[in-house]
Amino acid sequence: MGDTSPRSAETGTGGTLTTDGRRGSAGGGVPPAHTPDSPGLGGGGGLPRRTRFGMESGFRVLTLAAGAMVLVIIVAIAVFLISKAVPALRANTENFFTFNGWSPNGTEPRFGIAALAFGTVLSAVLALLVAVPVALGIALFLSHYAPRRIATPLGFVIDLLAAVPSVVFGLWGRDVFINPVRDFSVWLNEYFGWLPIFGGDGPFGRSIMLGALVLAIMVLPIITSLSREVFLQTPAMNEEAALALGATKWEMIRTAVLPYGKPGIIAAVMLGLGRALGETIALAMTLGITFDISANLIENGGNTIAANIANAFGEANDTGRGALIASGLVLFAITLVVNMTARAIIYRRREFRDSAA
Amino acid sequence: MSLLERTGVAMTPGNIRTRKLSTAVVLGIAVAAVALAAVVVFGLGIGNWVLVVALGGVFYLAGVYVAASRVEGRRAARNRTWSALIHSACVLAILPLASVVWTLVSKGMERLDGDFFGSSMNNIGARDPEGGAYHAIVGTLEQVGIATVITVPLGVLGAIYLVEYGRGRFAAAIRFFVDVMTGIPSIVAGLFVLSFYVLIVTPWFNDGRPGFSGFAAALALSVLMLPTIVRSTEEMLRLVPGPLREGAYALGVPKWKTILRIVLPTALSGIVTGIMLAIARAAGETAPVLLVAGGGAAINFNAFENNQSSLALFVYQQAGDASRYAPARAWTAALTLVALVLILTIAAKLLARRNQLTR
Repeated sequence: MGDTSPRSAETGTGGTLTTDGRRGSAGGGVPPAHTPDSPGLGGGGGLPRRTRFGMESGFRVLTLAAGAMVLVIIVAIAVFLISKAVPALRANTENFFTFNGWSPNGTEPRFGIAALAFGTVLSAVLALLVAVPVALGIALFLSHYAPRRIATPLGFVIDLLAAVPSVVFGLWGRDVFINPVRDFSVWLNEYFGWLPIFGGDGPFGRSIMLGALVLAIMVLPIITSLSREVFLQTPAMNEEAALALGATKWEMIRTAVLPYGKPGIIAAVMLGLGRALGETIALAMTLGITFDISANLIENGGNTIAANIANAFGEANDTGRGALIASGLVLFAITLVVNMTARAIIYRRREFRDSAA
Repeated sequence: MSLLERTGVAMTPGNIRTRKLSTAVVLGIAVAAVALAAVVVFGLGIGNWVLVVALGGVFYLAGVYVAASRVEGRRAARNRTWSALIHSACVLAILPLASVVWTLVSKGMERLDGDFFGSSMNNIGARDPEGGAYHAIVGTLEQVGIATVITVPLGVLGAIYLVEYGRGRFAAAIRFFVDVMTGIPSIVAGLFVLSFYVLIVTPWFNDGRPGFSGFAAALALSVLMLPTIVRSTEEMLRLVPGPLREGAYALGVPKWKTILRIVLPTALSGIVTGIMLAIARAAGETAPVLLVAGGGAAINFNAFENNQSSLALFVYQQAGDASRYAPARAWTAALTLVALVLILTIAAKLLARRNQLTR
């Protein structure tokens, strides 16, 4: 709004509505020699001089400080996590990145995030493999298939689901959803047990599969609502052109809607991935907390960085807390990279910026 | 929605063709597919009705594809298959969600009584069926309240900077990192407040011992709420028409006063919507509260000293409790929490609908 030019920012008209802070200089007036315009035209000579400590600059600095707070917080997160993690990492007697276990509370602390990082990535990727096709299907249904009187309330319900706390999904996962998943695991084990991922001989249930499925249900609303927004933004001209050329509805979607929405879909998936990687409580409640790198999806087991923090925090001493903070730092770095990539993709296509809040 | 559908023109690719697969045939294929699946599954004894449905769906898709490519051509057949898949994605997603809602209500009603809302877990042993979430509700309200008081001025001012003052690379960097900050995991926010406030700041006042408190949880929730509030407020401020501002400037109103008296009131309902959504999200967070508030069984009104619980944390702790009365308490607390969050969310959405500033 032209705040760079003193004329508009400093509110002309001879000081009828100026603030007290600027009264003094406005009353004194500025010598005509200082203004290039002739003082008779537009009251330029009566313009108050820009003061250093007026309300205007004060408010400006206030908002600037509030805005800069975001950067301060991000930097502070990194700084304080590092400062608390370093002593624990020094005390660690094993390699933090390759050791496979978590016992930081003894006199010889031994901990490493190998199994945790593996579990985090495995459960998040599995969750996305399940959630993304379904979410895109629902998004297409809402944007192109459903009649308006179904699409509006259904979209509203999907938005509400994004607000349901994760602890509720965790509770549902461990009390209710575990039964069908256990039955399914037993069935998979019986007929596909020759595959290593479905092998083992039980017990089944509190497994990576349960955690990943619960996670999939949780990230579904986010991916759905973002990609629905993107699909709705497809220019009607493109869709009509495809239909006019004789395309079927699916061909229209494939040739007009999906290519147009591709960056938005990628960004939505990345944001869902960021959410899945950082999810804590639902996984702490559904995974069977073990420390081994195993590709078996259905046997009790699995662990993630975030779930381990929630579970091990209660009995952690000083070094234990430092170790958990160190693992949190790794999680912070991973999610930061994922989110920054997603945002960079969104920013490249400015059209999607507003929808991806 | 395309122009064709809006205007109701009858010439869509679906009905220009003369030969079409009749509904009766499609229904017939569906029945045959399920029957075939039932025969296969029960004949071989490899599963129950769930497998029949799943296998029947696959047979149905294959059958419709074959029949439609015979009658209508391959492109129309592909169209049908994808349409069926997209519809089934919807059904597939609604099933678990319906299950969540159903269990929440049916199991949550069990302990939904005055005792639950009027008592805490103090002196409640594993064999006591009583006990309630009063202390947790107090904790949630205090923590979310403090977090709101901290975050709202900060977030709204930050958004004002981005919209009204911010230019160039610095503002672009802030905007980018606000978006990135939206994705920070809640547990990382909890660890941040743990390492900064609980382990470094509180020992100064607390004889060198770290002090867990509801205020620490409020700080962590603030970190999570800030980007959401900045983002939604920024969007709302951008919707305020430029001529409104220019009119104020033309009358000689200083910029800061224009912002406070003209721009903010115009965007107010939208800003409040964003704030309510952020509050709803913060109220459901468990992990940060678990790390820095410590939890506790007794009622503690003082958010600045001693452990405090919250509804979400209460759900988590009761779910892990071995007492046979704990699950009922967990479900009722979950129902309360969801009710709180959904009321806030729905109110926010209704408020947004009344908002005159639209894109």
